[in-house]
Amino acid sequence: MKPYKAPAIPASEITPKALFYARRKFMQTAGGAALAALLPQTTRAAGSFGDLKKSTYGAEEELTPLTAITAYNNFYEFGTGKEDPAARAGSLKTRPWSVSVEGEVHKPKVFDIDDILKMAPLEERIYRLRCVEAWSMVVPWLGFPLAELLKRVEPTGNAKYVEFVSLHDPAQMPGQKSTVLDWPYREGLRIDEAMHPLTLLTLGLYGDVLPNQNGAPIRMVIPWKYGFKSAKSIVGIRLLEQQPVTSWMRTGPNEYGFYANVNPEVDHPRWSQAKERRIGEFLKRKTLMFNGYADEVAPLYAGMDLSKYF
Amino acid sequence: MAIKNLDNKIVGRIKAGVFLLALIPLLKLSIGAYLGKLGANPIEKISHVTGYWTLTFLLITLTPTPLRRLSGWSWPVRLRRMLGLFTFFYGCLHFLTYLVLDQFFDWDGILKDIVKRPYITVGFPAFLSMIPLAITSTDNMMRRLGGKYWRLLHTLVYPCAIGGVVHYWWLVKNDLSNPIIFAVLLGILLGTRVVYRLRPTGQGKQ
Repeated sequence: MKPYKAPAIPASEITPKALFYARRKFMQTAGGAALAALLPQTTRAAGSFGDLKKSTYGAEEELTPLTAITAYNNFYEFGTGKEDPAARAGSLKTRPWSVSVEGEVHKPKVFDIDDILKMAPLEERIYRLRCVEAWSMVVPWLGFPLAELLKRVEPTGNAKYVEFVSLHDPAQMPGQKSTVLDWPYREGLRIDEAMHPLTLLTLGLYGDVLPNQNGAPIRMVIPWKYGFKSAKSIVGIRLLEQQPVTSWMRTGPNEYGFYANVNPEVDHPRWSQAKERRIGEFLKRKTLMFNGYADEVAPLYAGMDLSKYF
Repeated sequence: MAIKNLDNKIVGRIKAGVFLLALIPLLKLSIGAYLGKLGANPIEKISHVTGYWTLTFLLITLTPTPLRRLSGWSWPVRLRRMLGLFTFFYGCLHFLTYLVLDQFFDWDGILKDIVKRPYITVGFPAFLSMIPLAITSTDNMMRRLGGKYWRLLHTLVYPCAIGGVVHYWWLVKNDLSNPIIFAVLLGILLGTRVVYRLRPTGQGKQ
């Protein structure tokens, strides 16, 4: 694969270097302290990553504090309220955990989570996260490109789509007792989207393992799509010839499409997507095409009518 | 029976108690804002809480009339004006949250919302319709309008309530459990009125 190149960023968006490092240092100290308080002892022992691969990519934006990232979540497996996941995700057991990769592949395999953690060097990727509900955050994720995993199972020529299946266990995920979504949670990507270097198989954030409410122990992050595309607590990855039907498409086919690319020009039927509120900021900011990743991903959709394929 | 018709002194005390209770949601919100405990998205929280209490007070305001018909209790009707004004009060806070905190006087954005967003298309007139009701809530205005016209004007509260519940129904992403509760309660409150209007024995009563 071609080495990944960072995009050009306008000078106006660049934070002065000294300020940037001062912020990072503050965030790291504050984040570490908060994390130590938040995570149960068992996950601390399992996680705490050492040296990270120097990231080829990082949005030069102020990071959203860890306290907000871990307290304000949409993770309906634990309830539909924003504070439900933080309050209720303690019941999720992240060990043992395995991910079955199957379907249109030459070498289907069930991977143990600890093997995935050692599969490729973890890097920190600072991505903007834009929720379909018009709020956003900036999150320092840890992971490696999904392509690293997919190439190990050798997709066949028929593999046109990738489906992600999240854990379905109402005993661990009390929100699944409600029928608000069709469980298990399913998401999907086109194979070229899945192989894109920005598409991150994510195992941690803020330098440590994923907190349960953020989709532990393994989730997707696709930064140019609305947040719900990034499936959490994944147990299955299936390569398919046909486009899968995702949980949100099933729930609201007129409101949630397969692509769900961040697009300020294509509104949700019930609300505008032109602006967003960055968590921690007062005034709304303009939403960027493909969440600011247009240079990298726009070619994937060349010639497509994005209001039709929303 | 005594409980059906309490004397002025007791109703006065109940009124004072309800007045204080009705301020609790605002007090909780203010303390939360002061302590920075409104969560990661405080504007959304303020918007949701004020909207929730507007609808709740609206339903409570619509309760004394069917209650009188069903149980014969007449004293709650004497709290109705105050409850209606609290509905308007929380409605104003909800609207101001949208205007100032959410949109920050982005008139262009607000106009687009009113035209294009069904939940705002229905919510905005529901809010506006409360204004004449609040203005004409005084004894003086009631006298000036005369009972017949005053009552006619105040039937605006019915489309206002329906608009409020539809507004809530249309804005939630997909968990309709709360909007359904409000819709069922409103259905009972309005349904009772319809039943009494249709029944011959209900005639002559207000």
